[in-house]
Amino acid sequence: MANVFTRIGDWVNERAPGLMPTYRKHMTEYYAPKNFNLWYYFGSLALVVLVNQIVTGIFLTMNYKTSAAEAFNSVEYIMRDVEWGWLIRYMHSTGASLFFVVVFLHMFRGLMYGSYQKPRELVWLLGMLIFLALMAEAFMGYVLPWGNMSFWGAKVIISLFGTIPVIGGALVEWIMGDYLPADATLNRFFALHVIALPLVLLLLVVLHLAALHEVGSNNPDGVDTKHGPKGNRWDPTKPADGIPFHPYYTVKDLFGVGFFLVIAAFIIFFAPTFGGWFLEHDNFIAANNLVTPSHIKPSWYFTPFYAILRMIPSFFGTAFWGVLGMFGAIALLFVLPWIDGGKVRSIRYRGTGFKVALMTFAASFIGLALVGAGVVGELTTEWVPADATFWENAFGRVMTLLYFGYFVFLWCYTHLGWEKTKPVPERVVFDHE
Amino acid sequence: MNKRQPSMKKIISTVALTVGLLVGTNAAIAQEEGKLPAAGTNVHDQASLQRGAKLYFNYCVGCHSLKYVRYSRIAEDLGLSEDEVMKNLNFTGAKFGDVVISHMPEDSAQQFFGKAPPDLSLEVRAKTADWVYGYLNSFYVDPTRPVGWNNTVFPNASMPFPLWELQGIQTAVKKEGSDDVEKLELSQPGKLTPAQYQQATRDLTNFLEYAAEPAALQRQRYGIWVLLFLAGFTFLAYLLKKEYWKDVH
Amino acid sequence: MANEVVDHGRRRFLTATTAVVGGVGVVTAVVPFIKSWEPSARAKSAGAPVTIDISKIEEGQRVTYPWRGLPVFVVNRTKAQLDALPSQDARLVDAKSDSGSAEQQPKYAQNETRSIKPEWLVLVGLCTHLGCVPDFVPVMKPEPFDPDWKGGFYCPCHKSRYDMSGRVYQGVPAPKNLLVPPYHFMDDTHIQIGVDPKEAG
Repeated sequence: MANVFTRIGDWVNERAPGLMPTYRKHMTEYYAPKNFNLWYYFGSLALVVLVNQIVTGIFLTMNYKTSAAEAFNSVEYIMRDVEWGWLIRYMHSTGASLFFVVVFLHMFRGLMYGSYQKPRELVWLLGMLIFLALMAEAFMGYVLPWGNMSFWGAKVIISLFGTIPVIGGALVEWIMGDYLPADATLNRFFALHVIALPLVLLLLVVLHLAALHEVGSNNPDGVDTKHGPKGNRWDPTKPADGIPFHPYYTVKDLFGVGFFLVIAAFIIFFAPTFGGWFLEHDNFIAANNLVTPSHIKPSWYFTPFYAILRMIPSFFGTAFWGVLGMFGAIALLFVLPWIDGGKVRSIRYRGTGFKVALMTFAASFIGLALVGAGVVGELTTEWVPADATFWENAFGRVMTLLYFGYFVFLWCYTHLGWEKTKPVPERVVFDHE
Repeated sequence: MNKRQPSMKKIISTVALTVGLLVGTNAAIAQEEGKLPAAGTNVHDQASLQRGAKLYFNYCVGCHSLKYVRYSRIAEDLGLSEDEVMKNLNFTGAKFGDVVISHMPEDSAQQFFGKAPPDLSLEVRAKTADWVYGYLNSFYVDPTRPVGWNNTVFPNASMPFPLWELQGIQTAVKKEGSDDVEKLELSQPGKLTPAQYQQATRDLTNFLEYAAEPAALQRQRYGIWVLLFLAGFTFLAYLLKKEYWKDVH
Repeated sequence: MANEVVDHGRRRFLTATTAVVGGVGVVTAVVPFIKSWEPSARAKSAGAPVTIDISKIEEGQRVTYPWRGLPVFVVNRTKAQLDALPSQDARLVDAKSDSGSAEQQPKYAQNETRSIKPEWLVLVGLCTHLGCVPDFVPVMKPEPFDPDWKGGFYCPCHKSRYDMSGRVYQGVPAPKNLLVPPYHFMDDTHIQIGVDPKEAG
């Protein structure tokens, strides 16, 4: 048997001599820093979720009907009449939400340990493009079941483009291909959701990984292991603090994947709607262009950005500022490598100001999410019924200022020389049990 | 292990807490229209589902279809035989594999109520079980309404109250100097005692909860085994990781 | 360090165990996806047993009914057609339907007339060659494709021929007799297609 495999291997090698070196470059001879902690699971988990979305998505298209008249019924058909259709659908819907959980944590890891700083700016930019593509993918996927939230979500989000001066109105009609979200809209969103954007996502993921493996992974100490001391037990010329990705990080990630799957399976099998967060109540009502759901809000993963939109009032006769703020919130993340002029990567050795600012930033993000989801509105209605909207707006605007304040502070803090950093060790910190 | 790494136990408890908070808050949102009583349903209680189905097909199906639910599926999931379902539940002459349509042609429904009575296949998923249970317990006579009935959970609903012979007739006690309903009082008893009526509506809500997601029965049954298997696999993967990482110093 | 020596046995064992358990998990996870291709509840409902009234079918007449989307022929055979059946045995591939065509009918129709009641023939009207619908050619007269024709079914696609019991002739592309679906008599004038007599009780 082994002989057969060797001969097949040789046969392939002779014809595609580039394959084995590629495998070695990215797996057995990719030397990753040995001190990855919990935060470093989320990259590989995102990959697992991506595969899940593609596989379950392909199977959903086998029974989904792309038409405003049939889409909603076909989803219930999948949920009830197709053998195991419910499982495939829940895996896809839960996967969509967990994708964002994992990606948000993955991005936060980058913020904490300065993974966006030189020389990894390109890795960060490609990652941000993945985030953008993922948001577009999620939004269009959310429209497909053609429930009432799908319909009104589509209407509201597409209307954002209507605030763009001059061309807005025409642009909105062009996106919808009708005067309201309709069959034409659903069909084009389907095409983009199942073919165009997945291809873009896959390409970006490959580039993201290729760019990463070119410069090497960052680590919780922010120490440059690739250009540091050489010589480890596998290769005297390779980084002293590096370990081969395979088998060490493949087995570690396997454990991470197992743990993640336990959580995912719990949601899929016992709380697939997740209390109305992953599958909203109003989306179990078919699309109705005459009745807006009373609790219209976007999916939870859009709520922070949606809150910024809501919290910025319109002035000079246009609501464009809110839209600008919302897209600005994402655009600022793109240019983070140039806003942060810090000399040190990891939060472990950065100044106290950075630590406080980052925690405040994270808190503002969660705060905005709660505003966008309407939780803050519920609470203020309960606590201060007389001035509920005032307090909700006050809270939301403070959170918005804190969100944008992070970028302003970070620029001043690092470019004006306010930051007092701690000395960075030469080697990574790694205490084995 | 690195001191900075939080222990696995801490992570699990944090995750559990976050999940609990999130689910809790949104449940609170769903309940905001007045304090709804807990429905107390359990879709694994087959006897309750059977009683609920019987009520549904005696009192509701005249107007409300279950257009995604098949008679055959009801038989299978509620532990009933084909004959029982066809004799006791199916009054329209539909085939065993057909979905449940109402007796009322849509046009005449439009005429009677101004709009066609909604299909109830997904009612519990759209409104929650507590809402449906509360709704069924909150009808009261209101001569100002065209059908003579009103509801505190869904004010000005255009639906008459077909279960009145079971519950009896409730009247509204208004707050002083206001049109707001303070509470409902049973002014004429029905065939059932209040406790029996609550149980009956609980059964009915339970059946509708099942109808909204028949797969719930399967997913919870399989879910246990999937979780056990994945936990076992994760433990093995943990041992494997430990073993390999002995190399790393 | 003390644990410098790698325990290769333990490592191999854990690798193998995790791989096997993981493999079992992957295979199990694939099952629902494969199963999702089976006929759905809607397809099964549309393919439910069909009850037909045969009281209007005259002697010598054939009527086609859809069952699971397939054309089912119900033929009320004449005495003459039934009498001619044994005369064809020598020219058929499997006259007794017990070798190559043993699976082409339920046990209760595995007889001379391939039916429950001699005159009533029930067949799935799909040629066993490539699935075309054969023509019903009941009249006993010399045909271009068979000078000694005693009535039966003739497939226009590749010229396969079957007799009045749906038994295939020798020397044609079709390998087997036409399929008899499960069916039973509910009473003298009603046949239910899709249910065996013993299931119906």
